[in-house]
Amino acid sequence: MDTAVTAKKKWWSGGHSPFNVSYGKLMMWYFLMSDAFTFGALLISYGTIRFMSTSWPDPNEVFHAFPGMGHTNLPLVFVSLMTFILIMSSVTMVLAVHAGHMRDRKAVVKWMSWTILGGIAFLSCQAWEWTHLHEAGAWWGRNPFLNVDGTVASTNFTNFFFTITGFHGLHVTSGVVLNIIILANVLKGTYEERGHYEMVEKVGLYWHFVDLVWVFVFTCFYLL
Amino acid sequence: MEHTHTAVAHEEHGHDSSTKSIWKTFWILLVITIFEVGLAFLYLEYDFMARWALNGIFVTLTLVKAFFIVAEFMHLRHEIRNLIMTILMPLLLFVWFIIAFLADGDSWKNMRKDLSPGTPAAPAKHITNEHAPAHH
Repeated sequence: MDTAVTAKKKWWSGGHSPFNVSYGKLMMWYFLMSDAFTFGALLISYGTIRFMSTSWPDPNEVFHAFPGMGHTNLPLVFVSLMTFILIMSSVTMVLAVHAGHMRDRKAVVKWMSWTILGGIAFLSCQAWEWTHLHEAGAWWGRNPFLNVDGTVASTNFTNFFFTITGFHGLHVTSGVVLNIIILANVLKGTYEERGHYEMVEKVGLYWHFVDLVWVFVFTCFYLL
Repeated sequence: MEHTHTAVAHEEHGHDSSTKSIWKTFWILLVITIFEVGLAFLYLEYDFMARWALNGIFVTLTLVKAFFIVAEFMHLRHEIRNLIMTILMPLLLFVWFIIAFLADGDSWKNMRKDLSPGTPAAPAKHITNEHAPAHH
């Protein structure tokens, strides 16, 4: 029980990890911190450009479509669904990590599968949204939407939108791939042999981070 | 050792209390998101409050959601202080980062507004405006 946490414990005198986590988990945290700065830089540059523009397109005008609903004006509804899917997949991921602690292999398989499914559902939604916007004439370097005040908008809006949601989508994609690899290992019994499911925790951290970034993207692009 | 320890700790807490807090976090996140979307809809329909106040609410609620994801889902709240500090302290750079860059953007906007061709500048400012293009 050398990892028991007591108030008098000298964390830095050697003999155990001063952070009370394994090397791999600590490095995942540091990676996520650096990734947070990458996303932070992207979102803050978006904010800077928005602050220096005299006017900007209204997100409720731009994002108002829903699959199969034609031209019905439904601002925010589709992106709310995407947000719900991602939060839900975060929950199934925690449940997978929890099942890993219990060494319940069947439950890990079940919850990991749901998480992967959620990730794929989110990516499909994003693919639909991008296709829809592309058909409306929006792309990098092309912006068909007018500013709120009726003036012609620059392409800053679409450039930032596609770059940042694209970069986030790329993270979701690699998260799904990592989850599939880990699920394959669970099925093979790799972690049962190893005696712990810590790899599930590590990809779990990454997956929650992707959800965390979406919370900020959602606010910055759709609400503000 | 660490892994056996955490496994034991979780078994002591029991299956139920742990999953309960997971679902509680889920409901908090869901309710906040629904509230945000609802507020955005109300604003669209009735325009009942100042835009800056609404944005302030959105940003605050976003930070609340971020707290719950990091603290509960990523489990950071239950780690030891050393780890929490090594993750959170560097993020304080964002405070400077955001203030400096948004202020920069805002000042650019003001300069461009004052200097754009055909802008009837206020008489008092007119003299400074004539010299301003030299800065470009």
